[in-house]
Amino acid sequence: MIIYGTALLAVCHLLGIFLGDLLGALIGVKTNVGGVGIAMILLIFARLYMHKRGLMPQSTELGVTFWGAMYIPVVVAMAAQQNVVAALRGGPVALLAAMGALALCACVIALINRTETPVAAAEEDGALDPKSAAQTA
Amino acid sequence: MLEMLEKTVLHNGLVTAFAVVGLIMYVSMLVSRHLTFGRVHGSAIAILIGLGLAYWGGLHSGGQKGLADLSLFSGIGLMGGAMLRDFAIVATAFEVQASEARKAGLIGAIALVLGTVLPFIVGASVAYAFGYTDAVSMTTIGAGAVTYIVGPVTGAAIGASSELVALSIATGLLKAIMVMVGTPVAARFLGLRTPRSAMVFGGLAGTVSGVSAGLAATDRKLVPYGTLVATFHTGLGCLLGPSLLYFAVKSLVG
Repeated sequence: MIIYGTALLAVCHLLGIFLGDLLGALIGVKTNVGGVGIAMILLIFARLYMHKRGLMPQSTELGVTFWGAMYIPVVVAMAAQQNVVAALRGGPVALLAAMGALALCACVIALINRTETPVAAAEEDGALDPKSAAQTA
Repeated sequence: MLEMLEKTVLHNGLVTAFAVVGLIMYVSMLVSRHLTFGRVHGSAIAILIGLGLAYWGGLHSGGQKGLADLSLFSGIGLMGGAMLRDFAIVATAFEVQASEARKAGLIGAIALVLGTVLPFIVGASVAYAFGYTDAVSMTTIGAGAVTYIVGPVTGAAIGASSELVALSIATGLLKAIMVMVGTPVAARFLGLRTPRSAMVFGGLAGTVSGVSAGLAATDRKLVPYGTLVATFHTGLGCLLGPSLLYFAVKSLVG
């Protein structure tokens, strides 16, 4: 049933956020530490485990993949509620700090990613292309 | 007649949001195909339209939540709020290849640390250049350059004024928006092609909202890898900001 997938996703989500809060309290910061990341890791392992045991029929998977596919629309809604007015009013300090930080990080990202062997990268492209084409369609 | 329609829309906020966002996506796909000939990804245009609407909504309502402050569009707040956003992000992990994620483990961690320290240094330096020369101001603005959550959390912890906190949030917001808009444009320069590169990007670019939207507009299949790393970014920043980084700044400027 489709709800099993969504329920699995919900349980992983709640458990991850809870563990993230717990981790934050343990190291003494007033925020969630990697809760969503922990939830993602839980879901990855839950899927591997259930696949191996044949507990993951197509309809259960659909209950998760639907939400994965809703991701971009949700992000659009998220963008539509950012405080853009305040961000633009921040003035030159905010603008320069943000731009400078990003420019430096972009260069470091480019540098690190150039060290990746191009062969592996090419393989990746070939292997995953049909899938990505299907997703964008 | 019009009043009844308004009532229907008001009472069905989330459903209205689905319809509105669907319309935005449709328009974006048309613009992408016919005006940019597929060169700019439809999702990128949709996010830009979203930001534009947020600006318009913010001007009209005077509130802080963009379009979601207009009562007709309050459902947007629920649809794009932290709950559904995180729910959808977690769902994308379903497509992650565990072996890929493991391969990039170490480099992801390095990127995460660099992604916290480097923006902080730039932010604190810019603050210094503009006359914010005390340790609290430099740390708060520097932390804002990490993410717009790390900024206020750090500022609150070390006793910064509300004006400083607002400035630090503005810095983080601008960064997130620039990542959203800039990532698809700079994707080639950044080398964003593989899961590993997406994880490096997620660690260095920071903000979950910026990374996830930026990657979504670049290549949908990279989203889970980038956000997997980026979600640890805020936690690490909140951990280092009021402690190690603050003490480092304090020892430098006294």
